[in-house]
Amino acid sequence: MNQWDRFLDTFFNVPVLVQYTPAILQGMWVTVVLSVLIVIFGVAFGGALAMARSYGIRPLSALIVIYADVFRALPPLVVIMIVFFGLPNAGIVLSSFLVLFLVLGLVLAAFAEEIFWAGITSIDRGQWEAARSSGLGFSQALVWVVVPQAARLAIPPLTNRAIAITKMTALGTVIGVPDILNQATTAQSFSGNASPLVLAALAYVALFLPLVILARWLESRFAWRKV
Amino acid sequence: MTDTACVPALDLRALRKSFGAFEALKGIDMHVAPGELVFVIGPSGSGKSTMLRCCNRLEEPDSGEILLEGDPVTGRGVNLNRVRQRMGMVFQSFNLYPHLTARWNVTLALRKVRGLSRSQANDRAMDALDSVGLADKAGNYPSELSGGQQQRVAIARALALDPSVMLFDEPTSALDPELVGDVLDVMQHLKVQGMTMLVVSHEMRFAREAADRVIFMDEGRIVEQGPPEQVFGAPTQDRTKAFLARVARE
Repeated sequence: MNQWDRFLDTFFNVPVLVQYTPAILQGMWVTVVLSVLIVIFGVAFGGALAMARSYGIRPLSALIVIYADVFRALPPLVVIMIVFFGLPNAGIVLSSFLVLFLVLGLVLAAFAEEIFWAGITSIDRGQWEAARSSGLGFSQALVWVVVPQAARLAIPPLTNRAIAITKMTALGTVIGVPDILNQATTAQSFSGNASPLVLAALAYVALFLPLVILARWLESRFAWRKV
Repeated sequence: MTDTACVPALDLRALRKSFGAFEALKGIDMHVAPGELVFVIGPSGSGKSTMLRCCNRLEEPDSGEILLEGDPVTGRGVNLNRVRQRMGMVFQSFNLYPHLTARWNVTLALRKVRGLSRSQANDRAMDALDSVGLADKAGNYPSELSGGQQQRVAIARALALDPSVMLFDEPTSALDPELVGDVLDVMQHLKVQGMTMLVVSHEMRFAREAADRVIFMDEGRIVEQGPPEQVFGAPTQDRTKAFLARVARE
């Protein structure tokens, strides 16, 4: 066996590829479901926090800022390990799926809060004044006038951040979430062959490349549609 | 005589406002009669915009009293959102909602504040846009309109709430000269229809032609007021003369 054949056998072993494709597809399903849930929760919770912060209630705003800063500072893997391996000692046992969803959802929410908040504060004061002078209350002005414009500004950075966070579902491998990478490493150890890892890489590209392209498109689109 | 004949549409009493150490309003007493068009002129920093913005409490006065058709605007227990609906406000920078079409700019408060149905609000909005000559632009976004058109939509947005008083804060200052006329025409039209208006503006010619009364403000005080021919033609105060001379040179 020459070098080239050995390379092909290690990374593109056809029988191994065929054998483990169903497992990787299962992993893809887990990754997709997790990602969708994380994005929905993270964006909704982050947006809610940013809106709550705009009421300017000091203690509440301080809590939100502390939360957002801490969760943006901590490596998600550390939080995942603490929650998954630490909480059972306190008598709280959560499934690995739930832990990964919660931690990454909270991390995305922390970033989303900051992105929405930046959007809300960048809206011209005249928008608030126009809304309030027509009799809209603070909450109505926030919901109908300010947030729609802030959300628009937030979409490009939010898309990039959502991709960055959902990619981290691969961290679930460490605590046994049957995602793409976990399926691949399991397959690798059973087969003694690296081909399943190549398959995993292909799966990630198939999932995330369209999103990256979408993000690029959103960025260019919102760059010139800016009002 | 009925009460409404003698109750001013807008009544400011001993209004004071400071920004830090700077005293923007040093006790303003002023009233606007129903149907009256009152023009407020004065150098920048004279407090005229602050005075206008105090009327609907976009700026919170430190002391003094404001009455709208006899009803308190200041003081505790005032429903600010309700009283603001009775005062339309037009801004220098238009402040249209850029994410909404012209029609939706007008319907937002009608639906969310007045609780009108979508079709009722639409009808009102189309009437208001028609009255400023922009019914055909109802579906356009603000970014697709000229400055003059945007300001006319902003006027329609305020008019649709059927206010008792319209407040104009330098409505033509941000416009290209050739677009000023359209906005002034709309204001003239409102005047003919009997709308009560308080206008802060530098459009001296328009003030001379259309205003019932001109107020000259300087350093937070009302220096002089009267019919336009008197204030412009025969001002009694030196500061008024100096200001008018300076404006005439420009």
